[in-house]
Amino acid sequence: MNHLPQAWGRPRDDVYGPYDASYLQSGHPQTHTKSPIVTGTSVLAVKFQDGVVIAADNLASYGSLARFTDVKRLRPFNSKCIVGFGGDVSDMQYLDRLLNSLDVVENYSSEGHSLNAKNLHTYLSKVMYKRRSEINPLWNQMLVAGLDGDDKPFLSSIDLLGTTFSSPTLATGFGAHLAQPLLRKVADDESKVAGVTKERAIEAVKECMKVLFYRDARSLDRYSIAIITKEGGVELKEDEQLEGQSWAFAETIRGYGRTQEV
Amino acid sequence: MFRNNYDNDSVTFSPQGRIFQVEYASEAVKQGSVVVGIASKTHTVLVALKRNAEELSSYQKKVIGIDEHFGIALAGLASDARVLSNFMKQQALASKMTYGRPIPLERIVAQIGDRAQTSTQVYGKRPYGVGLLIAGVDETGPHLFEFQPSGMTQEMIACAIGARSQMARTYLERHLDEFADASRDELIKHGLLALKESLSQDKELTVDNASVGVTGLAQDGKRKIESFKLYDGGEVAPLLEAALESAEPASGDTTVEGESMEVDT
Amino acid sequence: MDSLLGSNPTLASNPAYSFSKAPYNSAADNKEHAFYPYTDNGGSTLGITGEDFCIIAGDTRSTSGYSINTRYSPKVFRIGGDDETGEGAHIILSVVGFAADGTALKERLNAIVKMYKYQHGKKISVKACAQRLATILYGKRFFPYYVTAILGGLDEDGKGALYSYDPVGSYEREQCRAAGAAASLIMPFLDNQVNYKNQYLPGTGEGHDLEPRQALPLPRHDVEQLVRDAFTSATERHIEVGDGLQMLVMTKNGIEELYHPLKRD
Repeated sequence: MNHLPQAWGRPRDDVYGPYDASYLQSGHPQTHTKSPIVTGTSVLAVKFQDGVVIAADNLASYGSLARFTDVKRLRPFNSKCIVGFGGDVSDMQYLDRLLNSLDVVENYSSEGHSLNAKNLHTYLSKVMYKRRSEINPLWNQMLVAGLDGDDKPFLSSIDLLGTTFSSPTLATGFGAHLAQPLLRKVADDESKVAGVTKERAIEAVKECMKVLFYRDARSLDRYSIAIITKEGGVELKEDEQLEGQSWAFAETIRGYGRTQEV
Repeated sequence: MFRNNYDNDSVTFSPQGRIFQVEYASEAVKQGSVVVGIASKTHTVLVALKRNAEELSSYQKKVIGIDEHFGIALAGLASDARVLSNFMKQQALASKMTYGRPIPLERIVAQIGDRAQTSTQVYGKRPYGVGLLIAGVDETGPHLFEFQPSGMTQEMIACAIGARSQMARTYLERHLDEFADASRDELIKHGLLALKESLSQDKELTVDNASVGVTGLAQDGKRKIESFKLYDGGEVAPLLEAALESAEPASGDTTVEGESMEVDT
Repeated sequence: MDSLLGSNPTLASNPAYSFSKAPYNSAADNKEHAFYPYTDNGGSTLGITGEDFCIIAGDTRSTSGYSINTRYSPKVFRIGGDDETGEGAHIILSVVGFAADGTALKERLNAIVKMYKYQHGKKISVKACAQRLATILYGKRFFPYYVTAILGGLDEDGKGALYSYDPVGSYEREQCRAAGAAASLIMPFLDNQVNYKNQYLPGTGEGHDLEPRQALPLPRHDVEQLVRDAFTSATERHIEVGDGLQMLVMTKNGIEELYHPLKRD
């Protein structure tokens, strides 16, 4: 999975050769999502000793246009988990409605049972895998953050193909390239998670959001961040501003628009 | 001869507001051999009296494990129970598949309740001729449920259904206060003794005719639940021994004589 | 971006796609679909049998392209276990290729093996399970599970059994098999070290008269060492292999799980 949602789910050109786009003209009566339209970029998350931190910026891009600048891409589920969405925003909104109706059904049908993050992740992975098997994918990559059945931190990823994996730190899209190496310095192994404090995890995520804002052209300096712990439940802040930016490094950039010294 | 005009189907009420087909279905439950279920704070047990239809035949299955965390005991039409148990097995597997969690008992019981109700309100359908005890453990702890052909379901602390089950219920009522804190072994013992109460005088519990199913919260911490364990045949011997031994001194109760034991169909 | 969306102006430009601007390819009769439902998650698996045991191993790295998704994503699973811990399982399965299909296949086989036990009251034999897995794979012949599976266990005689598959269900029983990204690196090593291919007894003759060294089942300790060597070497030479080695060893006493770290570069 790379930082271009347009490339997700397609055979890689470097492996399979150039892609034949002529299909796009056919007026098939059944319309499936063949490419994402309005997209969200990276989602980042880190596990720490008693919970998970997850963050995503508030931007929804239309190609290279920063189209919507106040889109919440962290969606809470039953006040115990957070799903962070990357990829197509309309598919995100569909999934959000789906999860809301699931939550309603769950709450009505019995007392004392509630789906934890692990259950939610399993459910979402089945939804995504079913849709890819119908060749009608939901064009997203998601991170599910919360606590599992034993109240241990839980963090796992699902994408449009139904692929799932879990790791102490995760990042989707551009973040998989830029942020993940930085986050792995915090916890590169499940055994290290117990040594990571909440403050350390938050700091690392905020630092990565900044790096991504520097380098990812489809990113924004306003973002959402959520902390999920057993004690505090879900603390979701949806309108944060990146702090402590330094653009001094820009002076040293050569190439691109700055080939000529002024 | 009197002919009841209101019992030809299950969708017509009698003028007295009764649905005879459903009541007849309940009779089928009373014809089945007795099954007992008890729940404590940590465990649930199902105990059943198996009958063989004839000397040459094998004994009927009375206790069925559905999933790791729960099982059922049946009284009445065994084939109807099989249909229901297959349905429950499918639902349990589906829950594992889609959410990765054991299906909540309350939920699966509501599902079979709804199914059974449908067949009391749709023309051309026949109510299930079987009563079930559903016992197991989920996230909210141990549970025991009773299910009747009418679609009625309710959670119980202890329950007995089937032929001559009144005697077992009397035993259960008498020992009600002991169940909540009973250990696994004590709970099995209570189950077997309650079952024994329902036996006709010429019968006794043997390794051939008794089945026991147990589920509970795990003691060892590695796993959360103790998988549903069915004791059948030789495995029942030590359980029977322990139960009957403890019962020897207080054998003051006299069992009511009368109808011979009924046989499952 | 060029390498990924390459020479395709429609996709490379932006999502504000215009039908009128799309390149028209009149030669293309068959229309290819935009969405490619597969990916390769890398990694390798390996299975070897001995006289009374069976080992299946796999590295725990999951990749997409040059990225590492996670360093711990097991590829070897217990089949037919009691619950999510897999306790009580008697069959092991490894899947490598497209991980989502692998997971789906594993869960489907697991459900089938559970239903078999529920319906027949006994555990499925490895032989029957192997045949069943082949029909599952073949059942999706025209939209295959993009995985190479290896199934292992103990046969009816207690001997180690190993079955290897292609994505559409061709299968055979073998002594050893490597699959996945580094299969071509590991398999020749196995041919030489397990089946003694190209090994001859010295002094037995010249050229074609040389007597080949007879292959005998290896002891467990030797096999475990071979597996570790195979994976450390594959890790050196293949970028998609590494991070950790997970090994499931099936003996008459059940399934043992071993883990060894591999290089993470």
